[in-house]
Amino acid sequence: MSTPTVVTCGADMFADAVAGQAVDVERVDWRPPMPGTEADLATVATDARRPEANRRAVEAMLGVTAHLVDVAPASEVLGLEKGQFLHAGPPITWDRASGPLRGALMGGAALEGLVDDPEDAVALFESGSSVTLEPCHHRSAVGPMAGVVTPSMWMWVLEDRATGRRTYCSLNEGLGKVLRYGAYSPEVLTRLRWMGDVLGPLLQAAVRGTDEATDVTGILTQMLQMGDEAHNRNRAGTLMLLRDLSPTMVASLETGGFAGKDVADALRFVGGNDHFFLNLAMPACKLALDAGRDVPGSTMVVAMARNGTDFGIQVSGTGDEWFTGPAQVAEGLFLGDYGPDDANPDIGDSAITETAGIGGFAMATAPAIVRLVGGSVPDALATTRRMHEITLAENPRWSVPVLEFQGTPTGIDVTKVCRTGILPQINTGMAGAVAGVGQVGAGLVTPPAEIFPKALAALAAHVPSA
Amino acid sequence: MKDHVELRSGAYADSVTLLQVSRAVQAAPGVVAAQVAMATGLNLEVLEGMGFAVPASSPNDMVVALRLDDDADVASVLAAVDAALAPTRQPAGDTTVAAPRTTASALRRTGVDALALVSVPGASATVEAMDALEAGHDVMVFSDNVPVAEEVALKQYAASVGALVMGPDCGTAVVDGVGLGFANAVRPGRIGIVAASGTGCQQLLALLHHAGASADGVGVRHALGVGGRDLSAAVGGLATREALRRLDADPDVDLVVVVSKPPAEEVAEALARDAQALGTPVELGLLGRGQRDLTAVAEAVLQRLGHEAPEWPVHGADNTGPATGPLLRGLFVGGTLCDESMLMATEALGPIRSNIPLSDDLALDGELLVDDHTMVDFGDDALTQGRAHPMIDPTLRNEQLARAAADPATGVILLDLVLGHGAEPDPAALLAPAIAEARRDRPVPVVVSLVGTDLDPQGLGAQRDALVAAGAEVHLSNAAATRRALDLLSRPEEGAAR
Repeated sequence: MSTPTVVTCGADMFADAVAGQAVDVERVDWRPPMPGTEADLATVATDARRPEANRRAVEAMLGVTAHLVDVAPASEVLGLEKGQFLHAGPPITWDRASGPLRGALMGGAALEGLVDDPEDAVALFESGSSVTLEPCHHRSAVGPMAGVVTPSMWMWVLEDRATGRRTYCSLNEGLGKVLRYGAYSPEVLTRLRWMGDVLGPLLQAAVRGTDEATDVTGILTQMLQMGDEAHNRNRAGTLMLLRDLSPTMVASLETGGFAGKDVADALRFVGGNDHFFLNLAMPACKLALDAGRDVPGSTMVVAMARNGTDFGIQVSGTGDEWFTGPAQVAEGLFLGDYGPDDANPDIGDSAITETAGIGGFAMATAPAIVRLVGGSVPDALATTRRMHEITLAENPRWSVPVLEFQGTPTGIDVTKVCRTGILPQINTGMAGAVAGVGQVGAGLVTPPAEIFPKALAALAAHVPSA
Repeated sequence: MKDHVELRSGAYADSVTLLQVSRAVQAAPGVVAAQVAMATGLNLEVLEGMGFAVPASSPNDMVVALRLDDDADVASVLAAVDAALAPTRQPAGDTTVAAPRTTASALRRTGVDALALVSVPGASATVEAMDALEAGHDVMVFSDNVPVAEEVALKQYAASVGALVMGPDCGTAVVDGVGLGFANAVRPGRIGIVAASGTGCQQLLALLHHAGASADGVGVRHALGVGGRDLSAAVGGLATREALRRLDADPDVDLVVVVSKPPAEEVAEALARDAQALGTPVELGLLGRGQRDLTAVAEAVLQRLGHEAPEWPVHGADNTGPATGPLLRGLFVGGTLCDESMLMATEALGPIRSNIPLSDDLALDGELLVDDHTMVDFGDDALTQGRAHPMIDPTLRNEQLARAAADPATGVILLDLVLGHGAEPDPAALLAPAIAEARRDRPVPVVVSLVGTDLDPQGLGAQRDALVAAGAEVHLSNAAATRRALDLLSRPEEGAAR
């Protein structure tokens, strides 16, 4: 036995006494945990299953490579039928739905021909007859912002080849007045129809025509080294995707009988939309996190999602149960003359990126993003370092050059959040609070603190009595 | 209101910067609305939505669109735009890495060989200790008020990964010469100690250190605390077994000593069997009725190593007069020292009332001063809840010292004082005035066992002199101090000098 270093957690006088003996001391900046969590924390800490359960959950998650294997309508790959709507976040009903979710549902109803005018959909959803709402997460899917998916929308299909598991996400429409931000004007629906008629089939031909399926996890590895954090910044990722898909898109002029103008429009649309890759980053993250689900005793968060009203998390050791609290309004910068009063509370499944250790967790690799709230480069470094305080592991594939290639903080641990009071940092877009407005800004947000003690209590209740 | 829209060809800033610039300009006097943006399709849409008329442009142009009060000065607002656009290269700021917030985080930073020392409130100690065990590190848990079920869970997990849990409620450890918690600075040597008792360990350290001054090769390599409950029936000696295994495996340890508060009988028996199976000789010094006191254990250790026990030092014996009453009052900061004195006193005086009684019927219930022989452990969980250990905050004991002195039935007061790393820098400065005050009206004999070494940061000599000057009689051996107190009570009429 020898003691090169002593870690002290508690009274400073003991740290001083050790330091006084010329021994290296690393002091923990310990503070009391979130109020009322001590007993549950001790119960979960001494759950004999937990250490191995968390190791298994993390390993399963890190072992997943997401390949882009198909693009197809939601009706085909998710079995969605007319009148079935998927949305972001935990379950919600129309009467509690926020403006942007309502707007997106109204636009979606018009897109599917359930109503002619989106405004008429209000009555349809109020009546509740012939329409159902269901979280994307319940169908192995994720959706950014409102996350509304209808049967005719084309979906990315990602697969973990080791298990055959798949996840799904819609195609990204761009920024500004778009359905996912709650806009449903004619131009929004026109764009969606073009995406369904032209972009989707073209991408399908491109993906199916590519000899080697695109390794989405691999692109994420590279883009993190190129200034993207894969939530609010997806520029490098989008261009790498375009690099992979454009040859077969062009080739489809001959093989698939597509028109030159359509291919040019599609290339221009993808290349002009810096967020296009987000809708691949998200299902790649979900594919990895789903592998970590349902490990009894594991305290790892496997989903963070918002529906514009509630913020919900799911935890590996507690199955499909959602722990929810009120979604917060992001802090950030606003487009045009919009201000904080115009913004809707946090919305979207895109916090799946943070759950997987990128987005806000990889802020250090994308310092430009921290300026959304007037922060600085040191703030970005500090944010990523802070997230390591609440996570279980580092991702060996996703590393941050400026932090000496340290892996991204991976696997949010409910117990560590409760112990430190440090909340996951999420980068996000902001939707207008009123249906139909669209995007009003972008910024940073955290979950409501109370959902973590709720999840902890459920984990404690699941601990077998000794 | 008036609009001013201009295009700046060849100017570029990224969208985040431009959002910040826009926000800065919006705050300038006379500005109703402002948008500074690259003329991309999306931004033109936004500008149009705000009601600005933008001339034909390319996405590489920067648009400055201002809506101003009628009396606003366009030039000064444009100056504000330029100022906001000017690159501001501030110093990089504070890039120091924030301190770790959990034991797990700290251990990730320090690497493989670190040892954790946890002293947070008991309700949170288990969680921090598990961090260390999970990462394969040994941990000392100083914290008390940890439920026994959590202690068992910690030690069972530790056993499964081959880690050592020192504690909970482990006051003292010396690992490879480094003192942790309350530990005395001692000469290094080839003795290994396992201690289910903090102050018992410190007594042994102090006695062996004193003897080592004149006996070659007597010194302590490791003193591994295991927590006062380790040899209870509930915990079953889990940590003691691991500590013994460690010391047995250490080629630099020739002799192992185990000291403990009174253990559960069946656990003590199992321990004796385990000890016999080890390659290294083990001296068992488990307190209990009919068992040796700690000083006798130290003497046995010296004998095994081929040395005569020295004369244990006494100072200030001249201060002590006859007992002033029939009752013994023991006021301790060290639980094991209290146990040891109680065991000895019970044989001479009969039952002793205590907050840590030898049997349940002798328990003190709240009131610490009763019309009977009493011994109080001020370090007991119940008396430290919500306050610091009496080695750090002596207020409670000093109050009780005054009450005991004022009681005419009090014949002798027996105290301990423990030096070493972690303890008060000058504890005698707090205790000596209380002793002097206690003896002001009536010369109650005050016998103190002062546990420390001449290497301790407080300095054994200076501490001893201060206590003697205040009227105390000071022993190094708690057993000797107790024996002296009992002797005084048995001969109430006789004088002081020995």
